[in-house]
Amino acid sequence: MEQFKLNTRTSGSFTVVDLYGELDAHTAPRLEEVFQQLIAEQYYHIIVNCNSLTYISSAGLGVFMAYIEEVRQHGGDIKLTNMNSKVYNVFDLLGFPTLYDILKDEKEAISHFNSAK
Amino acid sequence: MPKVDSHSIRIPASTEELSRVREFIADFAGQFGFTVQQTHEIQMAVDEACTNVIKHAYNYDETREIELSISYTSSNLIIKIVDQGKSFDPAVYTTPDLEERIKKRQRGGFGIYLMRSFMDEVEYSNEKGYNELRMMRKI
Repeated sequence: MEQFKLNTRTSGSFTVVDLYGELDAHTAPRLEEVFQQLIAEQYYHIIVNCNSLTYISSAGLGVFMAYIEEVRQHGGDIKLTNMNSKVYNVFDLLGFPTLYDILKDEKEAISHFNSAK
Repeated sequence: MPKVDSHSIRIPASTEELSRVREFIADFAGQFGFTVQQTHEIQMAVDEACTNVIKHAYNYDETREIELSISYTSSNLIIKIVDQGKSFDPAVYTTPDLEERIKKRQRGGFGIYLMRSFMDEVEYSNEKGYNELRMMRKI
């Protein structure tokens, strides 16, 4: 079992959330708390780095679904980066790539944010 | 009759147990020649099924139990998940529309879709207070 961890950091005017381990119905509430806190503090330009995310179930996907509209209404976005193929396949199966920016890395996410301004 | 071997565990109905469930599945699915990707898919199907039981059948009551068994024949891997909670028929569902759900700020609804996508058969039965979800994946 890979323990779930998350880390939040600032990169310029963007907030990066690094995910580690397995995101399931047990660990998803921790990501949810982070999104709630970021929104409460009006941080709407969020990059979620999935480089070390090894597993995601529908409970984890649900967290991304629940907050994207609110973040976008405030001119921001939740962009996902560095996904391994196993995790990407789950997002892809459910149609996320047409509705979410799923990008190669943090640099590409920042570039997408900047080009949308 | 083909030879059938079987292994089972009982777990408390707690989301904390989901990682143990996934490990249990990985230990056995790997032995049957499933690839890493296929094993991951089976793990997801079982994770989603157990999450549904914890959430819908038992309403997060950790004092309740789930019985999970895995068996195989020469051609099939069969997983059974048994609970004594509120009946929940996974046949009653519609294919979720992600865009609509996002607009309505809804989450969830994908568990059954994932189970059905990753397994070749998903059957549900309820008898004498026992709900049994049986999922089969061809080897």
